Amino acid sequence: MLEIKNLRAKVGDREILKGISLTVKTGEVHAIMGPNGSGKSTLAQVLAGRDTYEVTGGEATYQGKDLLEMAPEERARQGLFMAFQYPVEIPGVSTMYLLRAGLNAARKQQGLEELDAMDFLSLVKEQAKLVEMDESLMNRSVNEGFSGGEKKRNEIFQMAVLQPKLAILDETDSGLDIDALRIVANGVNRLRGPDRAIIVVTHYQRLLNYIVPDRVHVLYEGRIVKSGGKELALELEDKGYSWIEEKLARA
Amino acid sequence: MTATDHFISEFTRLGRESAAAGPAWLRLAREAAVERFRELGFPTLDDEEWKYTNVAPIARTPFRIGNGFAVRGLTVEELQRVTFGEMDCTHLVFLNGRFAPELSRLRPVPDGVRIMSLAAALVEEPDRLEPHLSRHAQFEDHAFVALNTAFIQDGAFVYLPRRKVLEEPIHLIFVSAPNGSPRVSHPRNLIVAEAGSQAAVVESYVSLGEAAYFTNAVTEVVAGDGAVVDHCKLQRESEQAYHVATLQAHLSRSAHFASHSVSLGGALVRNDVNIVLDAEGVDCVLNGLYLAQGSQHIDNHTFIDHARPHGSSREFYKGVLSGRSHGVFNGKIRVRKDAQKTDAKQTNKNLLLSEEALVDTKPQLEIFADDVRCTHGATIGQLDEDALFYLRSRGLAREDARSLLIHAFASDLISRIPVVPVRTGLECLLMTRLPVGIEHREGI
Ligand SMILES: Nc1ncnc2c1ncn2[C@@H]1O[C@H](COP(=O)(O)OP(=O)(O)OP(=O)(O)O)[C@@H](O)[C@H]1O
Ligand SMILES: [Mg+2]
Repeated sequence: MLEIKNLRAKVGDREILKGISLTVKTGEVHAIMGPNGSGKSTLAQVLAGRDTYEVTGGEATYQGKDLLEMAPEERARQGLFMAFQYPVEIPGVSTMYLLRAGLNAARKQQGLEELDAMDFLSLVKEQAKLVEMDESLMNRSVNEGFSGGEKKRNEIFQMAVLQPKLAILDETDSGLDIDALRIVANGVNRLRGPDRAIIVVTHYQRLLNYIVPDRVHVLYEGRIVKSGGKELALELEDKGYSWIEEKLARA
Repeated sequence: MTATDHFISEFTRLGRESAAAGPAWLRLAREAAVERFRELGFPTLDDEEWKYTNVAPIARTPFRIGNGFAVRGLTVEELQRVTFGEMDCTHLVFLNGRFAPELSRLRPVPDGVRIMSLAAALVEEPDRLEPHLSRHAQFEDHAFVALNTAFIQDGAFVYLPRRKVLEEPIHLIFVSAPNGSPRVSHPRNLIVAEAGSQAAVVESYVSLGEAAYFTNAVTEVVAGDGAVVDHCKLQRESEQAYHVATLQAHLSRSAHFASHSVSLGGALVRNDVNIVLDAEGVDCVLNGLYLAQGSQHIDNHTFIDHARPHGSSREFYKGVLSGRSHGVFNGKIRVRKDAQKTDAKQTNKNLLLSEEALVDTKPQLEIFADDVRCTHGATIGQLDEDALFYLRSRGLAREDARSLLIHAFASDLISRIPVVPVRTGLECLLMTRLPVGIEHREGI
């Protein structure tokens, strides 16, 4: 599904990703953990196509195609979805409009008919119910005046409607109470399936109790310094990142 | 011959034919105005109020007074192309500044209400005009108002007796059609709403054809105690047109006045909106939207004069500037010593869509009372890159995402316009000004 080789990216003169390699196969769920500022969001944004970051080396192949060549909208239409760590407020554009435009752009690309208003509405209502999202929120401007938790839930709601092939969730669990966390986890688990893949960026083991990952990676100063099974997350929770730092220092 | 001389000789030329026809008080006003114009001359960039707007292209063109009759043969169908559903309501059409009865329609109105051309009112109802015409729009410091006053001939006169309510908006449509040499028209409108009356008036300025011409309009609004007046102005002339206009409103106790000004067309546009809150408890709203592209220049000057206590003003202007266009916003709010408990809020937001587009924004607060609430804020910015990326990351093409954000920015003001056909017409027109047309859907 996704193959990243020695990916490097910088902002201005500052190199943030210093050679990342990661392979995610269909059906898998990967967790990326790492201290603040290690480059997790940068990786997510680069994969989604944010041009603030300049890719200076390496490659990323998505479903056999060169991901880095594609415009952000192209990636989205081909089934890549990123849930933002800090979702943007967009006054004057409703979530409903955005989703309908996005969904239909993807359908058009795949040679499918656009969804008419009725079908779209019933799809949206069904998904809103599943992620327990208040319908009034979807008719409002994207994220405008939403609480932190509502913003995160809106990201999961959009993911549920767009049904991506590869979902990258950037700290969607941060700042959520336990009920909201359960809703987010359920949303992810519903999406899980043999022909999809999910990358969750998180600081907390607690999410991984609900979304059990196949692989866990530790990102540290722009590199993946350790990878392992789900027990790695527990170990990290136990020993903290200083454990990684010490190991690196000794090596 | 200097620029001023040309306009003065036009005055002399016309004076022989028409000026003599009006009532004596008007003749005096015209004479005083032309004299003042001679003294003032056209403003230059050295004038504080004209610092960003160079009117030299107007001053150096030998505009001649337009003649409505030369474009006779214009059909209602042709007009419909440049209007938005106004033709279904009461509408007065002016061709190159002169009333065109054959293109106008008056629907039945309540007793005592007058909706007519100013030229007719000068003959039939001069006594109703005398207390107001040229009493509010000062020409002492404004060369263009002086010029308009010198050439008062035609325009619209709307009169609402006490407590009369007009359910339907009144549309005034000013059409300029080229006929030979460059033309000027000086539309002069007077709206008098007596105590407790209510009406909405829409002024539209449109062009047929692309020739250069000059519109120099003045509208005076007088709202009596508790009157409610909504005024909309749509300036959507060709990008060769010069347009200078003053809206002067004089508001009495507890009156409510709203001005919605939308400027889309014109090579060089200057709007002055002056509001005097000359009694207690007046409430006014000034909304404005300007969309400039190419090399258009659009200048909005507003002046809200809080002269009495407990007044409230809400001013919100937004601009979208692309190409090499230039926008100017100058918003003066004066709170006089007497005007305690004034509540004034002014906002100006500008969206620049290109490197070469430019905007000058200048709030001016002059506060002489101590117990007031006044806030103001101005912003100039580009499209929000984070928002653009967010939209694209959901599958929207770059240009669609840009259009959507521009639309969101501008439609916020359009949605405040109370006259439905104007609002929906503008929504559609806005679409045509976006990088790509986005499909118009409910609930964008
Ligand atoms: N647009 C940017 N401009 C400048 N520096 C940036 C930019 N984006 C990220 N950085 C820097 O790159 C580093 C990595 O940031 P990133 O947001 O990827 O970290 P993170 O691992 O997601 O951290 P957190 O856990 O706090 O979300 C940080 O030092 C950050 O300040
Ligand atoms: Mg982050």
